[in-house]
Amino acid sequence: MDAVKRYFRSPAAVTGLVLLLIVVAMALSASWFYPREPLALAGRPLIWPFSNPRFLLGTDNSGRDIAAQILYGARISLLIGGVATAIAIAIGILIGAFAGYYGGWVDNVLMRITEAFQTLPNFVLLLVLVAVFGSTLTTVTIAVGVVSWPAPARLTRAEFLSLRNREFVQAGRTLGMRDIQLILGEILPNALPPIIVYASVIMAVAILLESALAFLRLSDPNVASWGNLIGLGRDVLRVQWYVSAIPGIAILVTVLAVSLVGQGLNDALNPRLKGR
Amino acid sequence: MNQPAPAILTIEGLGVRLPAGADRSHAVSGASLSIAANEILCVVGESGSGKSVMANAIMRLLPNEVSIDAGRVMFEGRDLAAATTAEMRAVRGAGIAMIFQEPMTALNPLRTIGDQIGEMFSIHTELSSTAIREKVLALLQDVRIPDPESAAKAYPHELSGGQRQRAMIAMALALDPRLLIADEPTTALDVTTQAQILTLIRELQKRKKTAVLFITHDFGVVAEIADRVAVMQHGHIVEQGDAASVLYRPQHPYTRQLIAAVPPLTAPPPRKLSDDIILSIGNVSRTFRTGGFLGRGARVTHAVKNVSLKLPRGATLGIVGESGSGKSTLARCIVRLIDPDAGAIVLEGKDWAKLTREEVRRETRHIQMVFQDPFSSLNPRRKAADLVAQGPIVHGTPRAQAIADAKELFALVGLDPSASDRFPHEFSGGQRQRIGLARALALRPEVLVADEAVSALDVSVQAQVLKLLAGLRERLGLSIVFITHDLRVAAQICDLVAVMKDGEVVEQGLAGEVFGRPQHPYTQALLDSIPGGEFARKHETSVFT
Repeated sequence: MDAVKRYFRSPAAVTGLVLLLIVVAMALSASWFYPREPLALAGRPLIWPFSNPRFLLGTDNSGRDIAAQILYGARISLLIGGVATAIAIAIGILIGAFAGYYGGWVDNVLMRITEAFQTLPNFVLLLVLVAVFGSTLTTVTIAVGVVSWPAPARLTRAEFLSLRNREFVQAGRTLGMRDIQLILGEILPNALPPIIVYASVIMAVAILLESALAFLRLSDPNVASWGNLIGLGRDVLRVQWYVSAIPGIAILVTVLAVSLVGQGLNDALNPRLKGR
Repeated sequence: MNQPAPAILTIEGLGVRLPAGADRSHAVSGASLSIAANEILCVVGESGSGKSVMANAIMRLLPNEVSIDAGRVMFEGRDLAAATTAEMRAVRGAGIAMIFQEPMTALNPLRTIGDQIGEMFSIHTELSSTAIREKVLALLQDVRIPDPESAAKAYPHELSGGQRQRAMIAMALALDPRLLIADEPTTALDVTTQAQILTLIRELQKRKKTAVLFITHDFGVVAEIADRVAVMQHGHIVEQGDAASVLYRPQHPYTRQLIAAVPPLTAPPPRKLSDDIILSIGNVSRTFRTGGFLGRGARVTHAVKNVSLKLPRGATLGIVGESGSGKSTLARCIVRLIDPDAGAIVLEGKDWAKLTREEVRRETRHIQMVFQDPFSSLNPRRKAADLVAQGPIVHGTPRAQAIADAKELFALVGLDPSASDRFPHEFSGGQRQRIGLARALALRPEVLVADEAVSALDVSVQAQVLKLLAGLRERLGLSIVFITHDLRVAAQICDLVAVMKDGEVVEQGLAGEVFGRPQHPYTQALLDSIPGGEFARKHETSVFT
């Protein structure tokens, strides 16, 4: 468990983990602090933060409690970040592993498909998917995952290319293992560390992508999300700037936390690269 | 050398500290030695003995976290251990030069050989570029590179390993340094090339009267080249003296142990071979094609050409050859890691070359392979017992049973069964090779293919593993195909030997015959190239006595 020890030796990594835990705690405690529906009208619109003890962070332009939306929004951001990342990594590993392990024409076909996806800007593809399939929470999450897989696929492929000719893989083959056993049991566990690290990057980007969609009012309007709140605040940005700024800070903190954790994992899992 | 020449380099009580958490506190401690002009001092030791660290400490080329914490390194009246970086820059190259083990990584791949040698002059002297060019050509002639004009214009990848090492030596000797440090300069080379490079170093050293600090793990090389010898163990110099007395009258028990482990070049008395042929290889060929478009312009390499061999039951067949001779390709064809293009590989009446992939997968327990690299041949994320149990589990043995069997195998290959739940990185090189052997034996194969199985190991560990292999051969009735580049190792364990060159078997027969009365000129050249051949023949100790 050297990796765990190395992780906790880095102050930045620990800061990231603490911030991330705070966001998780916000998500978990949302219904305990605010048992009411966060999108229900709660009071007068546009109350400034810290001016009314009932609405600690004030209200937005429809009179909904910003604090409640921030706490419930944490759930949405983490959910989208987590699920979309899982989708992207799963597709990426599947395609990258087959391309890297078999090589030849399998590799050629799969990599040309990957490149076709990579040539389209992520966000444009996301807009198209949401425009076609609608913007419920489920479709948005899946769409974010689907546009994020090419990078982990290429990373997995590179790892597999370098690992597949190692002697321990050849040894596995002489022992009579099937291809699938070699891929899942021998190569994948050795290829995972850089992929896990990269997952944090995907998670941060996924949260940002959803917020960007919501800002354009293309995300699911029926859930309390940080992006939706920023989108609403756009109308009163010049005077009541806090409506956009507060969820903005929440997004900043979450993305920063995920990135710091990712960086910390990278240093902990690849100790030799550190300090170069 | 009867009158002691004045020392050029004197090391007094050198200590090199390792970072906390290393397996010992000092890589080198209390090392004292001196080198006079016109002599070759060999520093011998096994891996981890601190010999390379000592060489790097002299040049002050240590990694940041490793530092000199005691002693002095006196060179031309100056203590290099305390010299400033600027002073060291003047010493490096001009005063002390160094050559390394792997010339491919020591040379810059993007610049020509002539350019890199010329750099020595442009950094340290004021010569004009035409003068530098002449000097470079003269140097390349000195190290006897064929066609120096075009070698100067060549990039490192365009030269062979031996030629690259010659270029490195030319670069090192460019400024007539007073001391040359050679860190295992021939370890990565084939035996015939090694012999040429050793002769070259000896000859240049004689002519230029340079002092040479030669680091090696091979007592054969020591016997070939050394005037004096220093033996290192765990960072201490345990014995030093002139070559003849250390080699033939070693005092320290560790030196004796090392010398006893050097395989002698005489084959043990022949054993009776069975008439029953378990594995017969008939006219196997394998050709590789790289590059080209639609079949045109491709580079074709005939890795294995029409090889026919027979392995009697219970015997060991050695396949020896230099790198590129096709011996590893042949081994991989036998276990079907590579599919042969043509020919038959008949194991117990079944032609392996004709089996489908799925059939090979099911039949694979009859023939198993031990790999060369004890580090990359074990999956770092599996525990030792898992690694050994993997094969039987794949073939349907229940997991608990397989793990229990694995522990018995641990005892069989001389490992502590209680260590079976450790990960590979917690074992030493020799122990890992034993795990690899246990893994191959777990399927109870009739034939074992060992591809350079002891080449990466230190000589004393090598002797132990060879002994284990010979013992297992008797106890389990194994038949072994033993692939190696080291003729001394082959002479120890093989009943039959086949010599390969450029994909073909040029000579085969009983080990005693091939080594005692070689017929083919290539076999003769190989045997003549073995470093310290005289020494290897003279000293009698065998691993099996």
